[in-house]
Amino acid sequence: MNSDLFVIPFNLGLYFILIYSVVRSTIWFRNLSRPDKLRLQRGFFGKPFMDSLKEIFMESLLHRKIFRKNPVLGYMHMSLAFGWFLLIVFGTIEADFFGEKHLNPPSHAIFFRWFNPDHGTEGLAKLYGFWMDLILAFILSGLLLAMVKRFIPGMMGMKKTTKHTWTDRIALISLWLIFPSRLMAESFTCGAHGSGSFLTGTLGSALASFLPAAEIAPFFWWLYSLSLGTFFFLLPVSRYFHIPVELLLIFMRNSGITTGDRHSSYTEVQTHACSSCGVCISVCQMSYAAGINDIQSAYLVKGLRNDRDIAAITANCLMCGRCEEVCPVGIELGPMRLIERRQGEREDRRLRFTERYELTRRRSTIEKEPTQSYGYLTREEPEHAEVLFFAGCMTHLTPSVIVAMKKIMESAGVRYRFMDEKGGVCCGRPLMLAGRDKEARELINHNSDIIWKSGARILVTSCPICYKVFRESYYLEAQVMHHSEFINLLIEEGSLRLGYLHRRVVYHDPCELGRGSGIYDEPRAVISYVAELQSAVQEGSMSLCCGGSLGNLTLSSGKRAVIAADAARTLTIASPDELITACPLCKKTFAQATETKVSDIAELVAAALPKQVASRSKKRPARHPAKASGNG
Amino acid sequence: MKGTPQHVIIAGGGVAGIEAAGTLADLGYRVTLVEKGDEPGGHILQWHALFPDRRPAGEVKSYLRKRIEHRNINIITRTTVEKIRHHGGGVAVNLSGGTEEKADAVIVATGFELFDARRKEEYGYGIYDNVITSAELEEMFNRNRIVKADGTVPSRIGLIHCVGSRDEKVNNNHCSKVCCVTAVKQAIEIRKMLPSCEVFCFYMDMRMYGPYYEELYREAQEFHNVNFIRGKVSEASVNINNRLVIKVEDTLAGRPLRMELDIMVLMVGMEMAGSGMKLAEASGMKRGINRFLETTDHHYGNNLSSIKGVFYAGTCTAPMNITDTISHARAAVAETVRYLNGK
Amino acid sequence: MSIDQANKFGFTINRSRLIDYDASDRKVRDYITAREPSFRLCFACGGCTAACTAGHHTTFNLRRMNTYIRRGEIDPLREEVTRCMLCGKCLLVCPRGVNTRNVVAVAAEAIRKLDRNEL
Repeated sequence: MNSDLFVIPFNLGLYFILIYSVVRSTIWFRNLSRPDKLRLQRGFFGKPFMDSLKEIFMESLLHRKIFRKNPVLGYMHMSLAFGWFLLIVFGTIEADFFGEKHLNPPSHAIFFRWFNPDHGTEGLAKLYGFWMDLILAFILSGLLLAMVKRFIPGMMGMKKTTKHTWTDRIALISLWLIFPSRLMAESFTCGAHGSGSFLTGTLGSALASFLPAAEIAPFFWWLYSLSLGTFFFLLPVSRYFHIPVELLLIFMRNSGITTGDRHSSYTEVQTHACSSCGVCISVCQMSYAAGINDIQSAYLVKGLRNDRDIAAITANCLMCGRCEEVCPVGIELGPMRLIERRQGEREDRRLRFTERYELTRRRSTIEKEPTQSYGYLTREEPEHAEVLFFAGCMTHLTPSVIVAMKKIMESAGVRYRFMDEKGGVCCGRPLMLAGRDKEARELINHNSDIIWKSGARILVTSCPICYKVFRESYYLEAQVMHHSEFINLLIEEGSLRLGYLHRRVVYHDPCELGRGSGIYDEPRAVISYVAELQSAVQEGSMSLCCGGSLGNLTLSSGKRAVIAADAARTLTIASPDELITACPLCKKTFAQATETKVSDIAELVAAALPKQVASRSKKRPARHPAKASGNG
Repeated sequence: MKGTPQHVIIAGGGVAGIEAAGTLADLGYRVTLVEKGDEPGGHILQWHALFPDRRPAGEVKSYLRKRIEHRNINIITRTTVEKIRHHGGGVAVNLSGGTEEKADAVIVATGFELFDARRKEEYGYGIYDNVITSAELEEMFNRNRIVKADGTVPSRIGLIHCVGSRDEKVNNNHCSKVCCVTAVKQAIEIRKMLPSCEVFCFYMDMRMYGPYYEELYREAQEFHNVNFIRGKVSEASVNINNRLVIKVEDTLAGRPLRMELDIMVLMVGMEMAGSGMKLAEASGMKRGINRFLETTDHHYGNNLSSIKGVFYAGTCTAPMNITDTISHARAAVAETVRYLNGK
Repeated sequence: MSIDQANKFGFTINRSRLIDYDASDRKVRDYITAREPSFRLCFACGGCTAACTAGHHTTFNLRRMNTYIRRGEIDPLREEVTRCMLCGKCLLVCPRGVNTRNVVAVAAEAIRKLDRNEL
């Protein structure tokens, strides 16, 4: 037998990556907050662990989610991941079963053919050899697709692929070399020994017919081992680190850990779990509608991974949440970006140490930097109310929504107070979107004080931006409802009598209401009650952003208009009579972008109010607790 | 001119179309004037008095009426020109209703449309009762009665300049030119009809560019006590007494200002007419950034289209006052005649 | 003698009354213009200030802030930028499409950098 020194690169790489993984995981675990540590410990002995195994099999190996989105892309990922997995599992079994001894070192399974060149010429071994060749062929077919995707992204239904760093490139080359070199190594060995199945055997005998197979084989075994070793060494510094990290992420997520509002081990795990697959880029309206191709989540994560100055990337995003919806790894991209906005400036890692030191020293001399503060707000003493209506800043620019809501509430006999009739204080969400949570808290406290003092049981708002922050960041006794939910409630309890409008309408889910707060059904129920609701091309969780989003600080009005026009075109493709939305900002943005009439859901409902009933209903006894009269 | 007179079709029977038709007829050409409304005249038909001297609009209306009482002019009403195309050595136009008309040249005078104030939702037009447009105020002058929706007499009226003009949010970056002086004219008229009614003009810039315009502005201040506040109104709402409440910055005082109004008049700007846009689309006529028809040169070719035998007159090319529209129409005739003589 | 007293006698000009354009510091203006070019589009209509949620409660005036920045008057700016709630209402009103929210954000950033000598 020839010298088997060639296994050294593989062995070094393998043990390096194993030790690295253990050390890295330990550090991550140690840096977790106490509650998260407990979650993880509990999860390890419970259902989350089993769930994770199942998810790892379905997503990390079979890539079910990508499969659903794009079968070709799914097949590519599956053949590489699942194929490699099968190769390792069955290779280990093969070495254990057919090898000289049991419990072999991994290199014996990986380079089985080298150590057993005559193996698999008859019986069960032959059948097994066929199976192993089949797996290799499976992987190679995926590799071929990967190469096609790399050079002609459009062929895989992908619009863009992320750009690579040099370590990514070398890792990619070594990854691409692994399986072809194994094929060649096994084929030459088989050719020299007259063994092998349909792939390695056939190719081997063909090569051996005109080449000195036995002499060439070691070269490819060296290449095979070297590419594996190189790949393992580069794994922690390349995008392929996502493969092992994703397993950890799945387990952490299933144990109940969430992103929260600051950097942690979990955000780091998420950062490294990104495979830069580019799905987030292809669904991004900033990319396909406005032609901005350097700010998508894949680039944000990459910037974080490499510790670059990513302030421009961080700020320039609509925060619509479509990327998070499709991320096959399930990274919480929105919260990750918000954390980065909160963080503010971040020095580029590429700065020299002395430059950094100088920067820090200079900054430490500044005593007080200007930050937002709202000490000028005075406390208010609101009147008592059962239902409090908060229109929101933007809604004051769409008076038809306010007028419609007044009509609806009067018609249903709701006793309400209009909290910001004369102009209120911002809900705080726009500040949070800009990463200024501490300042937002001042506004939240101001508004909370008014809401509590009013004694309201229901807080109705017309603005999804306010709605989200009321629900998530206010501590309130009042039930928070978006007006579409409230109208639905009024319809369901029978206090709102409505006619039917013979209009065909399409509904646009505002980002903060739909993806942001999970309110999809109520607006649709309300619309279907009064008009004919058409379905949209992209709706529900994949609904488009209108382009007006406050999530983006830097986007120009021109680019916003382009995004709005594109979204409006998609929404009105079936030529509805009206485009309905449930957000004043969406309404204003779309009104400028389409010839189709744009209305708020409240306007549609108000149009369906019978005129005479509107005055009569006031005298009906109130049935809903929200409308309980003063003596009740 | 010898032989049968040459034939010119004029698309649009407003001020420009009428003046062009009359001038061509005087010069001996045969003219077909195509008007989409019931009678020729255009927007001026709704107007009560004209700036800068507040002369009765009727005087100009009767001038225009006489202008087209000519045996060389054939008027077709309730009809639009849908398409212009080349035909033999001349042109042919498709008219609504399916008929076709041939001619030696065409003058496009499809004019303007007033901005639809509902597109500026924050001003509440179509939502609140007492928000009206400048055109609707003019009709009140015609009826000699300025009242609120409930029939009561207003004690304070605000005129909001630049509604639908100089506003990126409604895709109009252009200045409509006539609204500032119209507002001053209407403010004076309100003051004369209702001496106890306060009048406020909310402007961004006072563009008093024509002869006697600046004098009219001075007169409004000197004799009629019209108030001017420099600031763009951001929004309007109604209070519990059903009075309008507007928000504006008094930019000269540097502070936000809130004011109650009985009537809010929106000085709606000029936009390319929808019928003209359709005609341009069908006939391949170029339009500029503000959707008006683009002429070959805005200094010395401002009646010329890029299509042979087709000429432009009036506000289909840019916002204009009546004086400029009439001049522009006459210039279009000069260009047409030069073209026909060269044929 | 205080400046006020000096003014009474009319033989000196209170320096702060005058925008000394040549002596003023326009680094902040240049910083903002480079990062938010739409800043230049303002024609001072005051629509932003009319709509302003914060301006309803305090002396925050984006239009005036814009003018100060253009003239290189930085001191009045310092307080002013901290009062904005970033609600974005002005964004929907501006007839010139100025990215108003970002103007405020970048102005605050510029002042921060100015204080750190990083501008």
